[in-house]
Amino acid sequence: MLRLLTIEFEKLRYSKSAKVLSIIYFGLFTFIALIASIRFNLFGAEIHIADQGIFNFPYIWHFNTYCAALLKIFLAIVIVSLISNEYSNRTLKQNLIDGLSKKEFILSKFYTVVSFAFISTVFIFIVSLILGLIFSDYTEIGIIFSDLEHLLAYFVKLLGFFTFCMFLGVLVKRSAFALGFLFVWWIVESVVVGILRFLVINDATKTEYITQFFPLESMSNLVKQPLTRLNVIQSAANQLQTDIAFDYAVHWYQILIVLGWTALFVWGSLAILKSRDL
Amino acid sequence: MKTILTLNNITKKFGPITAVKDLSFTIEKGNVYGILGPNGSGKSTTLGMVLNVVNKTSGDFHWFDGSDSTHEALKKVGAIIESPNFYPYMTAAQNLNLVCKIKNVAQAKIDEKLEIVGLLDRRDSKFQSFSLGMKQRLAIASALLNDPEILILDEPTNGLDPQGIHQIRQIIKKIASTGTTILLASHLLDEVEKVCNHVIIIRKGVKLYSGPVDQLNANHGYFELKSSDMDKLQTALTENGLFDSVKKNPEEEYMTAILSKPVEAEELNRMLIQKDIILTHLVKRKESLEQQFLKLTNQKSA
Repeated sequence: MLRLLTIEFEKLRYSKSAKVLSIIYFGLFTFIALIASIRFNLFGAEIHIADQGIFNFPYIWHFNTYCAALLKIFLAIVIVSLISNEYSNRTLKQNLIDGLSKKEFILSKFYTVVSFAFISTVFIFIVSLILGLIFSDYTEIGIIFSDLEHLLAYFVKLLGFFTFCMFLGVLVKRSAFALGFLFVWWIVESVVVGILRFLVINDATKTEYITQFFPLESMSNLVKQPLTRLNVIQSAANQLQTDIAFDYAVHWYQILIVLGWTALFVWGSLAILKSRDL
Repeated sequence: MKTILTLNNITKKFGPITAVKDLSFTIEKGNVYGILGPNGSGKSTTLGMVLNVVNKTSGDFHWFDGSDSTHEALKKVGAIIESPNFYPYMTAAQNLNLVCKIKNVAQAKIDEKLEIVGLLDRRDSKFQSFSLGMKQRLAIASALLNDPEILILDEPTNGLDPQGIHQIRQIIKKIASTGTTILLASHLLDEVEKVCNHVIIIRKGVKLYSGPVDQLNANHGYFELKSSDMDKLQTALTENGLFDSVKKNPEEEYMTAILSKPVEAEELNRMLIQKDIILTHLVKRKESLEQQFLKLTNQKSA
């Protein structure tokens, strides 16, 4: 396993585009944190986002993982091009001739995906911890380390998404087309969800029962939008007398669904590679 | 003798087209093999199958004694097929370093192998800055990294200029002289003739011949003869029973006599002088591989 990881690391380490995209990715992480902590004037009123309670433990775990997940497309590009370059440089062929098995090849990519997801999770943990310690109203140990399941959900979400990208890279062979395919898939999935919700089933709960099994839908279910959980929004809603009850919790079966997709994508990538003449 | 590669009735179909049909042969240690065949005869497909990149339709093959899986065995093989494939953004040394990691061998030999192919001074240049000849030489260096039991080369001189072709051939000869088994696929006959001692000839995926180069055509060669009295010469040659056929080529001024027994030029000359025939032209030739190859491929198609 370590051998496969070092092989992949060796390939990535000299690639300029991979380096630039990773720097942008992790740069934006910290950048978002910085922006949030700056005071700025809007229409004469001084606004300080950090004072709105978004950096309160344990809410920050939910909020930051949600925001950070929006950036995952940068690493997705790295992963897709990591795989499609192997096709276009024909180095995949050379790797196999040099004695890498097809299984080892897919595993080496999968390990890379796992480490990307893991590093992102550790990174967001550290950034959130620091931000929280600076801005949170509550800093008791018990509160700081509650609701950590959002981090687990975030890790699984990235894992699922990146493996999906890997699968598309193996399937489509060209990075631009693979990313296009991802976009088309997202549109198709949204349309299908819409059709089911409003034309076929006509019931939100029942629709969700089915759509939670869709790949992208299942991934986005893991870390749900945290905004309506914010005190400001909650109190505004209370004043307007609307009820915005929303299930923010991370459920074990949702994690299981995404892990299922992950396994399917890895298996699918290997099956495609095995059946192909290169 | 140690067997390196065994193929048993291997077949590859691409849809309705049969690229390789029932191909069987073995590669023994210490020989230099050439796979000969016109373009599209299935040479690269065959190599692709034994190198784990093309899936076979039926039949089987195994490396060495068959106890290792193919990808494990390939770590003891050095191979370049078609164009040299490396990571363009990495330098020569970085690329070779990666190959070492894949093959699980020490990185100590990188400079030594770069030296063999004459690229040591370019070890830190990016692969994308290399000329085709240099890329091909780097590929050979990479194939040699594990001191392979067998070196497989598929059209190694394709697309190179005369100087590049010469360099590659020198390298191949140098490697062959160290006792490394080599399998060279090519459609260039003189290339194979110059370096190989065994040939496997395939056409349209079917094996036509496999064996030593000098047994490919068991005949004893032929004479090209010319004299002032051609009729007398023809009679003398037909009478003595040493030749399968004696004929005067209409487009050439000399006579071709194909031997049925081994006869030296000196012997024939003395014999003809005794009969008062003075030759103005006498050459003994062996059929070149090219002639033999064309003969063989035409025979089978007729």
